[in-house]
This record gives sequence, C-alpha cells and structure tokens, in this order.
Amino acid sequence: MNQDLKALLVRLSPQLIALASILLLIFMMFPSFFNIGIQNGRLYGSLIDVLNRGAPVALIAIGMTLVIATKGIDLSVGAVIAITGAVAASSAVAGNSLAYTIVLALGTGLLCGLWNGALVALLGIQPIIATLVLMVAGRGIAQLITEGAILTFNDEGLIFFGSGSLAFLPMPVVIWVVFGLLVALVVRRTALGMLVEAIGINRRASMLSGVRTSVLLMAVYALSGLSAAIAGVIVAADIRGADANNAGLWLELDAILAVVVGGNSLLGGRFSILGSLIGAMIIQAVNTGILLSGFPPEFNLIIKAAIIVVILMIQSPRAATLLEFFRKAPESVKERT
Amino acid sequence: MKLRNALCSATILAACMFTSASAAELVVGFSQIGSESGWRAAETTLTKQQAEQRGIDLKFADAQQKQENQIKAIRSFVAQGVNAILLAPVVATGWDEVLKEAKEAEIPVILLDRTVDSDKDLYMTAVTSDLVHEGNVAGKWLVEAVGDKPCNVVELQGTTGSSPAIDRKKGFEEALAGHDNLKIVRSQTGDFTRTKGKEVMESFLKAEDGGKNICALYAHNDDMAVGAIQAIKEAGLKPGTDILVVSIDAVPDIFQAMAAGEANATVELTPNMAGPAFDALDAFLKDGTMPPKWIQTESKLYTQADDPQKVYEEKKGLGY
Amino acid sequence: MADHSADILVASEICKSFPGAKALDNVSFSLRAGEVHALLGENGAGKSTLIKCMTGAYARDSGALMLSGSTIDPRDTLAAQQLGIGTVYQEVNLLPNLSVAENLYLGRQPRRFGLTDNRRMNRQARELLNGYGIDIDVTAQLDRYSVAIQQVIAIARAVDLSGKVLILDEPTASLDSHEVAMLFNVVRSLKKRGLGIVFITHFLEQVYEISDRITVLRNGRLVGTHDTAELPRKQLISLMLGRELAQTEHLARMTSANAGEIRFRFSNFGKRGKIKPFDIDVKAGEVIGVAGLLGSGRTETAEVLFGVDHADSGRAEIDGKPVRIGSPRAAIEHGFGFCPEDRKSDGIIGDLSIRENIALALQARRGWSRPLSRAAQNELADRYIKALDIRTTDREKAIRLLSGGNQQKVILARWLATNPQFLILDEPTRGIDVGAHAEIIRLIEDLCDQGMSLLVISSELEELVAYSSRIIVLRDREHVAELQGERISAGAIVEAIAASRLPEDA
Repeated sequence: MNQDLKALLVRLSPQLIALASILLLIFMMFPSFFNIGIQNGRLYGSLIDVLNRGAPVALIAIGMTLVIATKGIDLSVGAVIAITGAVAASSAVAGNSLAYTIVLALGTGLLCGLWNGALVALLGIQPIIATLVLMVAGRGIAQLITEGAILTFNDEGLIFFGSGSLAFLPMPVVIWVVFGLLVALVVRRTALGMLVEAIGINRRASMLSGVRTSVLLMAVYALSGLSAAIAGVIVAADIRGADANNAGLWLELDAILAVVVGGNSLLGGRFSILGSLIGAMIIQAVNTGILLSGFPPEFNLIIKAAIIVVILMIQSPRAATLLEFFRKAPESVKERT
Repeated sequence: MKLRNALCSATILAACMFTSASAAELVVGFSQIGSESGWRAAETTLTKQQAEQRGIDLKFADAQQKQENQIKAIRSFVAQGVNAILLAPVVATGWDEVLKEAKEAEIPVILLDRTVDSDKDLYMTAVTSDLVHEGNVAGKWLVEAVGDKPCNVVELQGTTGSSPAIDRKKGFEEALAGHDNLKIVRSQTGDFTRTKGKEVMESFLKAEDGGKNICALYAHNDDMAVGAIQAIKEAGLKPGTDILVVSIDAVPDIFQAMAAGEANATVELTPNMAGPAFDALDAFLKDGTMPPKWIQTESKLYTQADDPQKVYEEKKGLGY
Repeated sequence: MADHSADILVASEICKSFPGAKALDNVSFSLRAGEVHALLGENGAGKSTLIKCMTGAYARDSGALMLSGSTIDPRDTLAAQQLGIGTVYQEVNLLPNLSVAENLYLGRQPRRFGLTDNRRMNRQARELLNGYGIDIDVTAQLDRYSVAIQQVIAIARAVDLSGKVLILDEPTASLDSHEVAMLFNVVRSLKKRGLGIVFITHFLEQVYEISDRITVLRNGRLVGTHDTAELPRKQLISLMLGRELAQTEHLARMTSANAGEIRFRFSNFGKRGKIKPFDIDVKAGEVIGVAGLLGSGRTETAEVLFGVDHADSGRAEIDGKPVRIGSPRAAIEHGFGFCPEDRKSDGIIGDLSIRENIALALQARRGWSRPLSRAAQNELADRYIKALDIRTTDREKAIRLLSGGNQQKVILARWLATNPQFLILDEPTRGIDVGAHAEIIRLIEDLCDQGMSLLVISSELEELVAYSSRIIVLRDREHVAELQGERISAGAIVEAIAASRLPEDA
C-alpha cells in the first residue's frame, strides 16, 4: 500500500512540482496568499478561492480524463454546463423540490452524455465532430430554456451547492473532491480503468478480446455529461442564476488543458484522474494568481499562455533528456577542475 | 437633389397610404440581432410595445446572431414595401449593398443600439446611447456620494478591448479627474459576466486587506456587480454600506439589490431605443423633418431613492 | 571483381545499452557490395538494434560506421537514406490512407509550377512497380491492397530511395511463396547492380536460397560470420540457439486415434462477400489446419467463426445445441478464443503491461464490476510467463516493448487464461524466431493433447502437416478441399491449391 502511494507520488511529481512552483510564485508576489481565516462559517482565503473557483474545471476534467483515455474528446461539456444550469434554474423557479431539481439537472447531463456516446460508439462518428454538434447546439438549447435572459432563482437549497459549506469547506470544493475520489476509486477498484485504457490504446484488439467497447464508450461519455451537469449546477448556484450565454463558456478547453497538464496523453490510453485534478488546480492557481497580481487585464491571456507553455515544456519527455544533459555537463566540468 | 426627390416621394407615398387606408397603418420592419442577452430581449419587448401603442404594424425578424439573416430580412422588408426599417446590426461592416437597396426603394433605415461603418447617407439616423457618457454619469454619482473622504475604488471592466469596456472606463475616469481623494486601486476584467464578476471581486477583496481598503466598486455592467455583491457578502462585508456599488445597464436584478440596500446606483442603458426612433420617423413622415444622424438616448441614473422595488416590478416583465 | 568484393558498409565495435540491458556488445559487421548478407539470431539477439544503429534510428553508444570507405554518422533514418542506406521493416511503415503513388514519392513528389505533378508521379510509380512485376492502380489508397503488395511497395520505395545499401528486416514474413520468389528475383537483380543487401529473416530455407554470407548474433554479441555455402544448417541453428535444436521434423498425427466427439459443428456457415458458406465439424482434441494462399479467405473463415463478421448464413452448434455467435463476446462466452493474424493492430494493447494483456479477455468476460484482484492478475501473469517462457524482465513491462514471438505468447496466454474449448490461431508463428516457433508448435500439440479443439491457419505447410489432424484448403474465398489421415502432406496441399487453380489458368 505504502509502495503504491510512493509510486503514485513519483508518477505525479511533475504535476505536483508545477503546482508547488506556481503557488510559490504567487506567494512571492502576494505574501498573504496562504493566509486562511474563517468567514461566515467557512474557510476564507486565496488558497480556498483556488480550490473553489477551480471546481467547474476540476469536475469536467474528471469526465474528460476518461473520454480522452478512450482516445476521444468531449467538446460539449461547456454547453452541457449551460444546459444543466438552465434546467436547474428553471426547475427551481418553477418551485420544484430540491431533489427533483437536482435529479432533473443531472439526468439532463447524463442524457447529453449518452447522446454524444451514441454518436461516437454506435454511429462511429469521430468524437471531435460528434461532440461539436452539442457544443454548438447546446448553448442554443440553454438560451431557449432561459429565453436569453439570466434566470435568477432564490431557492436556498440550490444556492447551498454554490455558496454553502460543509465542515468549513465551500460546497463546490467538497463536491469535486468527493466526486473525483469516488470516480477514481470506482475506476481503479473495478476493472473499468483497465478496460477504458485498453479501448483507448487499441479499440479493435479490445473488441476482439471480448471487451464491450460500445457500452463502455457510451458510459464514459455519459460520465462526462454527468460531470458537466454537476459543474452546471454549481456554476448556476454560485451566481444564483443561469446565464445561458456565458456559463461554461470555453471551459471545455480549460478542462482539456487540465487533463494534458495533468500528464495524460491526448492519444488515449494510460490516464490519471488525480493528475487531471492537479492540472485543474494548476490552471486555476494561474488564473487566481493573475487576478491577484494586479496586472492590467490586457496581459491576462499572455501571462496564462506563457506559464502553461513553460509547464508543458518542463513536462515533455524531451525536456527531461535535455535537463539530464545540462545537469551532467557542469558535473563533469567540476570533476576536471 | 436626388435625395430630396427621394424624400419627397417617400413623403407623398406615405401620405397616400395614410389617406387611402384609413386604418392608416404604418408598416415598419425590425431586424433584431437575436436574444443573446436579457437586455436584448427587453429591447425586443419594448420595441413591440412601442409599436403597438403607436398603432404601427411591426414586422419582426430575429437574425439569430447572423448578418446574412439580417440582410435577408431587410431584402424581404424592401420587397414587402414597408414604410421604414429598424436595424440593430450584429456587426459594423458589410451593410453597404443592402442599405443601398433600401435607399433605392426609398425606405428610410434607422439603426438601433449600434452603428455601422457605412456612408452616413445610407441610413436616416442611429439611435444609440453614449457609452462614455454612461461611465461619466456613474463617476459623477460616486464623486458626489463620497464627498471629500478618501476612497479607494475597484473597477470591474467589461470584456477586454470591447468598446463598452473602453468607453465606460474612459467616462468614469473623466468624472474622477480632479478629485484626488478618489483613486482606482484595482481594475480587472470580469468579461461582463456574473461568474467572473464574483471571481474577480473575490480576488480584489483578498488583495485589498479583506476588502477593508475598498470604499467603492464600479462595474461596467450590472451582471458583474450582482456577482461581486455576492462575493462581498461572502467576505463578511455589507455591500452598499461597507463598499459602495455603482454599475451600468439598469437590469431588473440590480434594482432588487438596490431595494435590499446592497447596491447604490445604476445608470440606465435604456432598452427603449424604438421610442426615439419612432418619434423621429413620425416627424419625418409628417413634414419631412430630417432627424440628426445620431439620436442619443438618455443615460438615466437610478439610486436607492428611486423606489427600486417599483422599478424592478416594471422591468421584470420586459424579458430581461 | 575487386569492386564487388569491396566492403561497402562496415560497422565496427558497436555498443548500445538500454536501461537495464546491454543490447549490443562490441558487434562488428561488414557488408560487401553485390552480396546478400543474412543477419540471423533469436529474438533479442540484437539484430534490430544493430540495424537501427546503422540507420541512425538509435544513437550508438560507441563504435564506428563507414560507408564506401568514409566515416558516416547518420543522425536519423532520413540522413541514412540520403547517404544511400534504405530500410524496409517487418511491419509495413507506409501511410495507409495515401495512394500507392503518393507513398512511393512521399516527400519527393515530382513538381510542376510548385504543385505536385500527379500525372507524372502516377506514371513514374506505375513504371517503377512494373519493374517489380506488379501492375496495380497506383492511384488507389494503399490500404486497399494486401499486406503482401504493401510490403513490395515498401521495398520498391526503399530501393528507389537508396543507392548503395538495402536493409530488409523480415520482408518475407508477410509474403506467400509466389511473392517470395518474385521478391528474390528483385533481390538478385539488385545484387547484380552492386547493392549491398542485409537480409533478416526467420526462414532458414530462404537464407540458404538467397544469401552469400551469414552473420549470427546471440544475446547482443557477435557469434560469427560465415560463407553460406560452408555452413551446414544444423550448425547454423546451433550457432543461433547456442544449443543443438531438437529434431524439428514431426510425424503427422494420427487423426482418429485421439480425437473424440464432435463438439463444434458449423454447417453452411458463411458471409456474403467474405467467405462462401462452408461446413466444419470440430472434434475435441483435434487440430484443424487451414491452408491457402494470401487472400484465399483464411482470415475471413476465422473471423466469421469468431463472430467478428456476423455470419449471414448457416448455423452453429456446440455439443448438439444450436448457438448464436453474433459477436466476439458471444463467441468467447461459448468458450472460443482467437489469436488474430495482425498482432500489432488486432492483438496487443501496446501500452498496457504484459499482466494486463494476459488478464484482458478473462476480465472482459467477467465484466467490469468483477475485477480480478491484483494478486490474481499477478499469479495469472507469472504462471503464463513461466509456462510459455515469455522472455521479459518484469510482468509490468509494456507489451509493445517485447519481441514479436513474446508478444504472440502473451496473446496466447490471454486466451489460455480464459480456459477456452475452441481456439482459433491465425498465423501463430508468423514473424517469430526459431526458438519461439518450435515452442508455439509444441504448445499447440500440448493443448490438443489436453482435449482442446484448435483451428490453425498457417502459410507454412510443413508446420501444418506436422500438427494437423485434418487440413482444409481454401481458394478464392471458398473451401475447396479437406485432407485427412495419410493424404496430409505438403505436396497434397499444394496439389489441392494448384488443382483448383487449373481451370482459371486455362
């Protein structure tokens, strides 16, 4: 067990080092970054903001990790966030019970995922195209539900998922951590993880070995839809309203980035949900750091891009060899002198 | 010369129609961008209301964010022989040809809310608000509300590089000029959205000593302000009291916040662009008065003193 | 004459290490102009590594390379190609979604006005291939052609690109005897042109047929270089294996002696466009051999039986009860197993470990919710690594890092782990070294003795003759003959194929 943990830490070390360096960098610019207090019965501080604001990307990165492991991609998650947020808001406005609202929203997300999965697994459409359909149409569907306006609600139960807290932690943080661990556990304690990896590496060989490739693909896309639905509820609850135009906008790209920064290959196969979650936190730490830095907003994207490029470069296998080279060179010089 | 002829004949034509059909229905086509925001939905609702009040037969076309749909709609209006066309252009360029077609058919075109890069001869007038002025009104209110006290202001900008963001920032800064007790200490984009408004405000609060250093928030739109208000509350401060909140747009939700004492002032970007447009059209059809090329809508300031609950009830039904 | 015997490519004292293994240890190798030089050794002997060091695919740790008398140091295969060293690998390394002509001229398309001159390119491609006795539509997509044709195209491209040295890494692994003969004609003509040809293969007959000299490697070391004419076959094998190989000749098994009841019966089984309806009865403990040329419907027969292609006619019975085989999954549930011909694309899950590859089919049958514990997987993997003598440092090694023979053993282990009743093996010994080859044949016989039914497809007739109780002969997607008992012989198979060919030739 201890051995496994050690192996895990070693495998995730590039991600952990990247996260630590980013946090340190922010700390140097902004010394009160690690200060944590308690406000309104929940922890309060920049570090908590990183965990809290990173919730939507972390959640959709969980589903995205599995989709990418099957050599697929899910571009629709941002739109699914908008749809499910709109569904939750309109259900709350209609006065439905909280349980009904949540089930309806999550069910909608699941359905969206199954739609994607059916296009990919049954019709054999390339994932990028199949999910593009819902990415484009989904926001329109969300706008239809909210009629173009921000649908504001006052259902305290629903709002709890956005700004409530459990054991001093903001609810979104609790939700993504629990959901992430749950999925990671289910995937690794059952054979799902291995079968998903097998499909991603060689779908035909997996099928010939008796793996139910279509069913598993559908399940993986459904999980991605569910992840997005949870994120959708959180995003809506956070602002007490469903903003069909902006909710989840471009988050699919952040999620894909989180998966990649988390050390997973876009070519499918071996995956790590934990890695993706750390990736999501790296991205959010960068975002929060930029906001705290006080640079003019014109620089936001450039700074973010530069940092991400550096992280990806450090993680690339070639960089590792290069680093090795530079590390060796001075030593040999030293020996001679 | 030609223009005058055109205008004369248009007048005569309109007069003829006025007399021949005693119901005297004026037919106006309205090409709307779509319903991408609550404000836009309210503009549509108000335009329809205004037309109904004036007995105008409004032909409404929703372009769903596509210029080609708008061009198609205008061509169809021209073919139907409407008396005038209202156009809320989705983009600024590419309108020359279809505007020429309308002009050749002697149908006046009035632009709503946004302008185009075409020759000014190609449309009758444009009804828009003055973005710089809006920022200025918000700034002046804050200057008066603060008085001589020192005040650190944080600013939530609109989408970086967009003209509302640039102009509303400019107008606000102009109003603050010369009042050295007011200082913008932090300014960051919130992309005009609630989520980003909340997230950015959270970082402002942390960066400025838990918000104790902040005396006022200026948001380029109400949505960001609504998000920021939640962030302020979650930080254990009272928005509207501990931190003054002034924003622009006057959407219903900000009135609810004002009624609760959580927001202080908003500057209205009126969705009633059609009212002034129809006024200008009436005047023109009656005696040929050419309106100015730009009709500026009023940028009205609302504060907590303006019975925000009542305004909220009024605005709620407009489709915001 | 002096020119012909001059060394064109000399590699001296090459060393190459990988983490945990020394792949080449001071290996020297010389190639003369105008000779065919066979490079032999068991899997893991270092043949591929030596080739890759000579072509720049790997950076060697030490040692020198000389081409035509001057030192060279190719940084990658492209550089080697430009110097005149062309390589054709075992697995076709072309782009399946481009046309034949584009594959031949990729990166050097004839241009006109800055654009690819397609007409000229196609004409040149046709002429080039005609020189190899192939007349095909060069504008068609490459993957429309059989592996054999693709291999020939790969050779044509390499020959055309390189002027001096041609390295053939198991080029004949995917070719049938006709195509091998054709290829050898090409090789002989290239030899006359003065090219130096390095030839890697597992077929010893071919070594003796075509090569002038033989270099044998074992465990990363040079065993020796000999003139082919002076090296008897037995001695060669013992050089390769480092031991005397047990007698490889087998006697045909006596059919009726150990075969039991009919267990699997397929009647009028077939699929339109793939394979004409056929009848097969499989008894417990019998090996049914399937022979035929490439494209005769061998693989199609296997895929219809295994449910990869859903049969559209006929019925299947197991122990007298009708069953439906609509998918590989259904087949597996009835106790079937299938080792496909194309290991790389249909067999291995490259990035997964040996352990996971072995556990895959059993796990898939159990379903995702009933995982095999790690301990059970380890036990399974260790058992088969030992039983099948899979050469690996570690059960957690990714399967793609293994040699072909060991990959094949892992796939076999994957099926054996499911305890199958009926195992279909499509070309189980293709691209496998001599040692593994013998082991797999022994395994087939053992399984059969244990009462398992097998259907084995192979293009090596001697092999089929050795272990089959019956042999089905295919031609043109049709089962044309079934040989039994004393009628089983390589000659009879060839005759059966040829006999049915006669009407067509006429």
